[in-house]
Amino acid sequence: MELLLATAVGVLTASGIYLIMRKRTFPVILGLSQLTYAVNVFLFATGRLAINQPPILNKYAEVPYTDPLPQALVLTAIVISFGMTAVIVMLALSAYLSSRNDRIDLTEEPGDDA
Amino acid sequence: MKTCNNSTGWKLSVISALIDFHPKTGEQLVSLFLIVALPFLGAVFPALLIRAGRNACAWSAGVTTLLAFIGLMINLPAVMRGEAVTARLEWLPWLGLNANFFLDGLGFLFAALILGIGLLIILYARFYLSREDPMGQFYTYLLLFQGAMVGIVLSDNILLLLVFWELTSLSSFLLIGYWKHLPEGRQGARMALAVTGSGGLAMIAGMLILGHIVGSYDLSVILQNKEMIQSSQLYLPALILILLGCFTKSAQFPFHFWLPHAMAAPTPVSAYLHSATMVKAGIFLMARMWPVLAGTPEWFYIVATTGLITMVLGAIIALFKDDLKALLAFSTVSHLGLVTMLLGFGTEIAAIAAIFHIINHATFKAALFMSAGIVDHETGTRDIKRLGGLRHLMPVTFTIALIASLSMAGLPPLNGFLSKEMMLEETLHTVWGHSHLLVPGLALLAALFSAAYSFRFIAHVFLGPKRSDYPAHPHDPPVGLWLAPAFLVVLVVTIGLNAQAMVGPLVKVAASAVTGGELPYVKLKLWHGFNTALLMSTIATIGGLILLVMHGGLERAWNAMPRPEAKTIFDAVIGALTRLSRAVTDTLHNGAISRYAMIFVVFTLAIAVYAYFTGTMEMPTRDVQDAPLLPIVAWFCLIAATAMLTFLHRNRQLALVLIGVVGLIVSLSFNFLSAPDLAMTQISVEVVTIILLLLCLNFLPKTTPVDSSLTIRVRDAVIAGVAGVGSAALIYAVMIRDFSFPTISEFHLANSYKGGGGTNVVNVILVDFRGFDTFGEIIVLGIAALVIFALTEAVLASNVRAYLLNRKPEWPQSGDTHPLMMVVATRVLMPIALMVATYIFFRGHNLPGGGFIAGLVAAIAFVMQYMASGFTWAAERQRIFYHGIIGSGVLIAAATGMGAWFNGLPFLTSAFGYVHLEPLEEFELATAALFDLGVFLAVLGAVMLALESLSRFAWQPGMVTEHAMDINPKRDDPPPEPDPDEPATEEGK
Repeated sequence: MELLLATAVGVLTASGIYLIMRKRTFPVILGLSQLTYAVNVFLFATGRLAINQPPILNKYAEVPYTDPLPQALVLTAIVISFGMTAVIVMLALSAYLSSRNDRIDLTEEPGDDA
Repeated sequence: MKTCNNSTGWKLSVISALIDFHPKTGEQLVSLFLIVALPFLGAVFPALLIRAGRNACAWSAGVTTLLAFIGLMINLPAVMRGEAVTARLEWLPWLGLNANFFLDGLGFLFAALILGIGLLIILYARFYLSREDPMGQFYTYLLLFQGAMVGIVLSDNILLLLVFWELTSLSSFLLIGYWKHLPEGRQGARMALAVTGSGGLAMIAGMLILGHIVGSYDLSVILQNKEMIQSSQLYLPALILILLGCFTKSAQFPFHFWLPHAMAAPTPVSAYLHSATMVKAGIFLMARMWPVLAGTPEWFYIVATTGLITMVLGAIIALFKDDLKALLAFSTVSHLGLVTMLLGFGTEIAAIAAIFHIINHATFKAALFMSAGIVDHETGTRDIKRLGGLRHLMPVTFTIALIASLSMAGLPPLNGFLSKEMMLEETLHTVWGHSHLLVPGLALLAALFSAAYSFRFIAHVFLGPKRSDYPAHPHDPPVGLWLAPAFLVVLVVTIGLNAQAMVGPLVKVAASAVTGGELPYVKLKLWHGFNTALLMSTIATIGGLILLVMHGGLERAWNAMPRPEAKTIFDAVIGALTRLSRAVTDTLHNGAISRYAMIFVVFTLAIAVYAYFTGTMEMPTRDVQDAPLLPIVAWFCLIAATAMLTFLHRNRQLALVLIGVVGLIVSLSFNFLSAPDLAMTQISVEVVTIILLLLCLNFLPKTTPVDSSLTIRVRDAVIAGVAGVGSAALIYAVMIRDFSFPTISEFHLANSYKGGGGTNVVNVILVDFRGFDTFGEIIVLGIAALVIFALTEAVLASNVRAYLLNRKPEWPQSGDTHPLMMVVATRVLMPIALMVATYIFFRGHNLPGGGFIAGLVAAIAFVMQYMASGFTWAAERQRIFYHGIIGSGVLIAAATGMGAWFNGLPFLTSAFGYVHLEPLEEFELATAALFDLGVFLAVLGAVMLALESLSRFAWQPGMVTEHAMDINPKRDDPPPEPDPDEPATEEGK
């Protein structure tokens, strides 16, 4: 279980970082989204994994609960990352419409382009 | 004397601190807080009242200054008794930064100069500035500057003093560069800011050292610790750093060059900043620090020598300046040098002379600057070479300038004579090195040149034959313009004739504040009998007249002499620094964002590798849990989707579908792993994100071209792969170990119901325990949405709009823009979705849900309408601005938080209770729910504003059918052929 989650985080991270290093706006946005998933799941997992132990207090029985704190942090992180994605999308769109070009680099490094 | 440093009721004490009563005599005092605050508060009025006219604007500035001046004067009796009036307020006590003010003789003298001359300048500027000049700005800057200056001279805390010190640098920058259209104005302002600002930085360091030595940042404490400071090893560094600040501010050699360039400012600014106030700030600080810093050989040699050089150099250069204001500027440099030198001597009598000369210089120099401004205003030039013979045309101005410059020359019976005599007398007792003659000799030289340029100011401007080639027709100005300098000139004469009665007590009380003790009895008087100083004065006057006669020849010699030009050197230094920083910046930031990303990732990996090899890792303490089939399937889906996304990302629409799959699996995983709130949030965010990206993709190219070579891509893949392996290993290592110390989660679980009244711990953390974080986050979200809105406005207002309007779709559009099925379905779903949102909102405190999720669900309900029925249709029915929804959300959250204040509790303390209303079940009412409502509204508004802004890009005229459910089958038909029989259209004619 832990291994599954850890490898998933790794794959998401790798995919996100690879896409962020592309030279067009759209893949960078996709990469940021992938990285956001990776980071959110990473943070969530620092509370350790638990199945069927939601942090909803049970008035009638003594049951174990998972760690609520990372969940609260990740919840706001998800919403904020939507705001961040929206701003970046808008920047990318404005830049493309103004320059008719969706490259993210100001300079062209010789040898970097195919 | 008022102290109010009890922190509990400080809000009340601020109000009561404005007017105080003397504890012993019952005298009414005006608080120093009010005196310092008045100019800052008043700075608002001119900027606003300029709409009501220039007079209203000037009056508002004048009345504010007058009130502050009266407030100061009410404190005069206490100051004259030698008491220090104080006002104290703890601000950041743990940093040693307190809003402590005190008023003693020295502070009173400077504050009176600042406010009194400020009043005259306000009057003068009203008539000096032309209709084209933005007068509101001028007075606002002036009052800001005035407030900062008053703050400096009344501060009892050196950190507070530094804040005001930097404020004067900034506000003087605005004032010097007031005529923004003049390049000299801008350059002069920049130079002044660079020089005084960097000096200020040095001074911050010096003051911190000083505070460190003494262990307190309060001046009144520092001033008591002379031995401790002077015996410290850090005395010399602190002294040099503080003096750097003073010398740059007071234009002492070798930093004197900025002052003449600052003369590009309007004359009222020059008269105010460069005669009476800003340049005196450095002098003030030297005088203020005199009790603890002076009296050592270091102090004498640094301060007195600098002052002496500055005095001589300034006086010589001033003689050869043809610009009236440049002449006065260098003369100011010279006189500031004189005062600095006197302070450097370190004797009590020299301190008295310094204080006396500060008063005298302020009166005659401000009058001279104003006269120069009048000459400039009326003749259209300040070039001495083009002037002369003005005494017949401008008799009033002539009289004012004559008296003021004779005082500057140091002729009896004017006030300049008295303080110059005292200065010369002091130099005779001063030994520099082993020489008894060096200081008096150089002082005599300076006095001689001082007399010469003063005579030149009169002779070459006002005397001589009348000319016929003035740029304008000179005549005396209206009374408003000459009243202020005339008043100062009256002071020049009366102080000269009757110094002891006019300013004697003030000088005494100010000078004893400088020396910090009893003073030898000194009576300020005109006639001291025949002595060496009088002889020196006579030589200086006669020598000055001779120099004036020889001026033509001397000037040719001066101009033939090579001299370093300060501005060229300054520009070269600044240019070199700019090139250096540009080179560094351009190397580090070459605009290739991919490279930044790579550097960042590689660097982070390097740190991680270093940490791995240097740290220690404990053995795993947790058992690995078995994975059921379901997560394994989900894992395969996730890996497959991610792999396909990475390899096929060039097909952007496919990539969107794949990233949707990833998001879905992430939210399902949250649900599986006991995080229902996260799952609900993730899935609703997923919906709006995909819609957002779809909208964006509508305008972007649909494919990503290949930009990088295979090598680069392999390199990136390797870096990304290593990063992936690293993060997987890290989180795995975390998950198979227990917490190394107890977490605070236990507290939250234990207190969620008891203290927060909710059983959903995640929601209680969000709206209660960590409510302040959430409050910040909804504000951030709102700001993000507003940024998006503002960007949309900016882009749509530019020429992009034309491109968008004329944009042709890349492929055929569907004839069925608003499918009937979808329109009907979304309209039916709308109330249901809103009900679900309400339900999720209300149950959030006890079960998964809450404001964030409810806001997102409601947003989806609205977005569905936009998608199905079209932007125009939906926008017409949307009557509340999304801005307003965001704002009301933040305000509701804030108001809920502030509600706690009324119960005497900190911001955002929540309260809850249980209510039982028949026939309902018992239910809970919590203020946290109200806070959650704010969250709900802010999230709803932010999401909607972002999406609505984006969809405005797509709007085109004529793309909308009349009704959302209409179908326009003719859309793809060719346009109808024009009828050949029809006579002629408009264009055909």
